[in-house]
Amino acid sequence: MTQTIVDIRDLYVQYRTFDGQAKVLNGVNLTVKKGEKVSIVGETACGKTTTVKSILRILAPQASIPRGEILFNGSDVLKMGYSELNKLRSSGASMIFQDPTMSLNPVFTIGEQMEAVIRYSGQSGVEQKSVRHELAVKALEETAMPDPERILQSYPFQLSGGMRQRVCIALSLATPRDLVIADEPTTNLDVTIQDQVLKILKQRVEAKGCSLILITHSFGVARETTDRIYVMYAGNMVETAPTQELFREPLHPYSRALMSCIPRLSGGGMAEGIPGRLSNYHNPPKGCRFAPRCPEAMPRCHEEKPESIDVGREHQVACFLYDKDGGK
Amino acid sequence: MARTILEVKGLKKYFPIAAGEQKGKVVRAVDGVDFFIREGETLGLVGESGSGKSTTAYCVIGMYSITDGEISFKGQDISMHSSKRPLSIKKDIGMVFQDPGTTLNPQRSVKQILSLPLSVHKIVDKRDPEEQLLKLLEEVELPAEYLYSYPASLGGGERQMLAIARALATDPSLMVLDEPTSALDVSVQAKIINMLLRLQKERNLAYLFITHDLSLMRNLATRIAIMYLGKIAEIAPTETFFSAPRHPYTQMLLSSIPVMTEDEDALKPKRVVSRGEIPSPVDVPPGCSFNTRCPFVTDGCFEEDPAMREVGTDHWVRCHLFA
Repeated sequence: MTQTIVDIRDLYVQYRTFDGQAKVLNGVNLTVKKGEKVSIVGETACGKTTTVKSILRILAPQASIPRGEILFNGSDVLKMGYSELNKLRSSGASMIFQDPTMSLNPVFTIGEQMEAVIRYSGQSGVEQKSVRHELAVKALEETAMPDPERILQSYPFQLSGGMRQRVCIALSLATPRDLVIADEPTTNLDVTIQDQVLKILKQRVEAKGCSLILITHSFGVARETTDRIYVMYAGNMVETAPTQELFREPLHPYSRALMSCIPRLSGGGMAEGIPGRLSNYHNPPKGCRFAPRCPEAMPRCHEEKPESIDVGREHQVACFLYDKDGGK
Repeated sequence: MARTILEVKGLKKYFPIAAGEQKGKVVRAVDGVDFFIREGETLGLVGESGSGKSTTAYCVIGMYSITDGEISFKGQDISMHSSKRPLSIKKDIGMVFQDPGTTLNPQRSVKQILSLPLSVHKIVDKRDPEEQLLKLLEEVELPAEYLYSYPASLGGGERQMLAIARALATDPSLMVLDEPTSALDVSVQAKIINMLLRLQKERNLAYLFITHDLSLMRNLATRIAIMYLGKIAEIAPTETFFSAPRHPYTQMLLSSIPVMTEDEDALKPKRVVSRGEIPSPVDVPPGCSFNTRCPFVTDGCFEEDPAMREVGTDHWVRCHLFA
């Protein structure tokens, strides 16, 4: 049995807002095994980023977690103290954010920032500047950056968007990690640069043997990078399956609707789109949160929240259509 | 064959750099672009950021004074800035911008937003002005009760529909769409694209559609033009474009697109792998501007900028390989 790195169980997260509590995460379950690459696919504001930020406990101060467990290597992140959290963030998991312009400090050189990360990683020998420098150069070389010495002396604004994102990848993998979280790392990049960055990310994660959680709104990106996909809608994981299986047989009505909306390179015209819009988090639907937009909704869907049902190996779907009791 | 409605010849737009390290140099945003659009068709203008596609669009609607070249619309010269164009021309070209959050005045109600173009062009229906606005809302599938709402209370997709209604208000024959769906989710994008397709059919509209999404263009465009560093690399009818892409840059773009099915995988050229980055339009490489990234580069590519050559019906490529 492979070791489980992350195990999120029945996680609820809500945000205090002017209009009251926004109940965003609604019982999220997610597991990532050692060396596994999973992606979370969903549309804007479905809770993808909230889910991964809660793993590192870097949610906004308005957020609270009324229920749930997040196990990282077996210990509950929600019960961790200050020093344990520090250890988790410095050597357990690292995160690559969507916009490298925002996540790199504009007033320090790349070298200073990389050395700081390496210094607090808890590795042996990093007290010496020469060791830190060597590790930084090595990390940049591994992400196929030309002329690492020059990059180390540059400030973030002197690099292009693609280069900055590669620096972030180098930064997140400069020291050993169990998990890398990449939150839409290529959304701001052009398609040819996206291709390069994703290939490097995938190759580095595989070479280091760590696990990856990739957040994206593109099924194409998920398909080409990860082994297993979670489809998320309105704070719920509605379906998870190994990548190939999900594309062969998407089961949840939302997965199917979302996939049909994506224009194909092979043509075939445009789909209709999904009727309605994402429900308000302040007053979410009582039962299944997709029910108001679902073409196959039954009376039961508006009353009860569907639990995840096993429908195959590693394939789970949270929908009453696949419940043995049927839609009664 | 349908009449040509818009013709752009040798369009150039340079921006001088006024201050800073590169003072005195120019940004060659658009550097000699030729294309035309026929009545009722969609031309997809595709390129990466910094390729000059939006600048081209803004030159067409007259937001920028052009540096060189000619733009003609229905046989009439419109190379001048929008402020010098006759009102009748401005009425006939609509524009939809990328981000409806910043192009709709947050202090104006939907009614005020839609009324403005009507009153500017003096086409307000005096008998029933409200009915005229409701019809516009109906055209873009927005409910009538939105008339007294403000943009802030609309969702992203609905705002873009409102922006489209505003562009439609004057009944144009050409619409310039600058990445109208790139800020939206795919489920909303599908709705808007379907609406645009319906409107095009009903009104025989021509679209100049600016985007970076080739998969979207596959399902929408009549012809596709690829821009790279201010120049068009390849222009072809959609079918030909995907079945026989010629320019190495087109092949690189196609091979980089993440796709969902094996049918799509089969369409991606395998020989050209993405490498390098788009150079700055301030320091455009001499010769062919793609020579820094091209896998088939030869000595000649560093010396001479290739000219556009016709390789098939309506299919033009700017590459020495096809000389």
